[in-house]
Amino acid sequence: MVWVAIVVTAAGCYAVKLLGLSVPAAVLERPLVRRLAALVPIAALAALIALQTFADGRTLVVDARAAGLAAAAVALLLRAPFLVVVAVAVVVTAAVRALAG
Amino acid sequence: MQAGLPPKPRAAVVRDALGVGTAVGLSGFAFGVTSAGAGMTVVQTCVLSLFVFTGASQFALVGALGSGGNPLAAAAGALLLGVRNAFYGLRLSQLLGLPASVRPLAAQWVIDETSAVALAQSDRRLARLGFTVTGVSLYAGWNITTFLGALGASALGDPAAWGLDAAGPAVFLALLLPMLRARSSSAPATAPPAASPAFPEPADQLARPQAAPPGTPPPATQASGTQAPGASPPGTRAPGTPAAGASPARGPLPRRAEAAVAVAVAALAVVLALVCVPFVTAGVPVLVAVLAAPAVLAVLAVSRLLTRRPSRGGR
Repeated sequence: MVWVAIVVTAAGCYAVKLLGLSVPAAVLERPLVRRLAALVPIAALAALIALQTFADGRTLVVDARAAGLAAAAVALLLRAPFLVVVAVAVVVTAAVRALAG
Repeated sequence: MQAGLPPKPRAAVVRDALGVGTAVGLSGFAFGVTSAGAGMTVVQTCVLSLFVFTGASQFALVGALGSGGNPLAAAAGALLLGVRNAFYGLRLSQLLGLPASVRPLAAQWVIDETSAVALAQSDRRLARLGFTVTGVSLYAGWNITTFLGALGASALGDPAAWGLDAAGPAVFLALLLPMLRARSSSAPATAPPAASPAFPEPADQLARPQAAPPGTPPPATQASGTQAPGASPPGTRAPGTPAAGASPARGPLPRRAEAAVAVAVAALAVVLALVCVPFVTAGVPVLVAVLAAPAVLAVLAVSRLLTRRPSRGGR
């Protein structure tokens, strides 16, 4: 089943890219379509952040991940490079877990 | 920085493109590690980077699969994040003027970073050069580092003990924040993407690829891409769609309002996602949360109808 998801995602993402290159501009260049296209990733990313930080199966929890995310947010505000931001999140999460557990 | 200058020499374009490509390409490490941490095999992880090749979608997919999500729901969530590439392609097809035979090959490289570099160039020749060099270096870097990251993480054992489960949210946050900020600048992206002061962001981003959250290739790019070619299809507005015509009259939302809309969408999405966690399988909450985008736009449209603005009175 994992492979199904991988193949579907790969095919779909490629199709979307090719579509943009191939389709006449007028089809996609409508104000509503453009606004949605800009807002959908924002909604999806925001949801993913919340889910991957606070969801544990079907329950909501506040655990070490929240601390890691908060640390990442601070790193971002300090304009740290991307990889540093990720590293900070990982290290803080691991540290909190080690201390708590 | 380079935005307003006369056509850049080829060497400068290559330098910029290589800088972006390698900086972002390195972020494949983060994906490899996250993917292996989510339970994907090394082969699965590498296949994702080779064939999906758009960071945010890859992170979303392994995140959803790792938490036991329904595979198709997970794929749908990943696809939603990939939709923006269609708008980059739209813009690029006019700029690059690719022959039909090359399009299927070039399509795989249509992502945030390559679009940002190509759209920042002043003519077709340089745009093609920037697109190609960024594409090659990023594709190579992203895939090599994905492999190394996956190998390394697999050797670590329990990913949670190392805090690797926090990498995904951090990546998404790094991608999201610039989008919320960039929303404002994207609205007035009226000028042709070429070399115009209206397009300072891309060039700026390119100049310091490391600075912002230009993280993962796609993701990172997203970040920069959004900012750069304009969160919405870059200069699309310029070439006078009906939208373009309408804009001056009724005007796009003011920048602050535009940013507020983005924040509202993000906030509503978070609420929707968390609220449905107890009731649906993993992967589905993201799909529900995406409804925040049309919902907020609908509310806006209704409220605008109710309060016809006297000052602008487009009608």
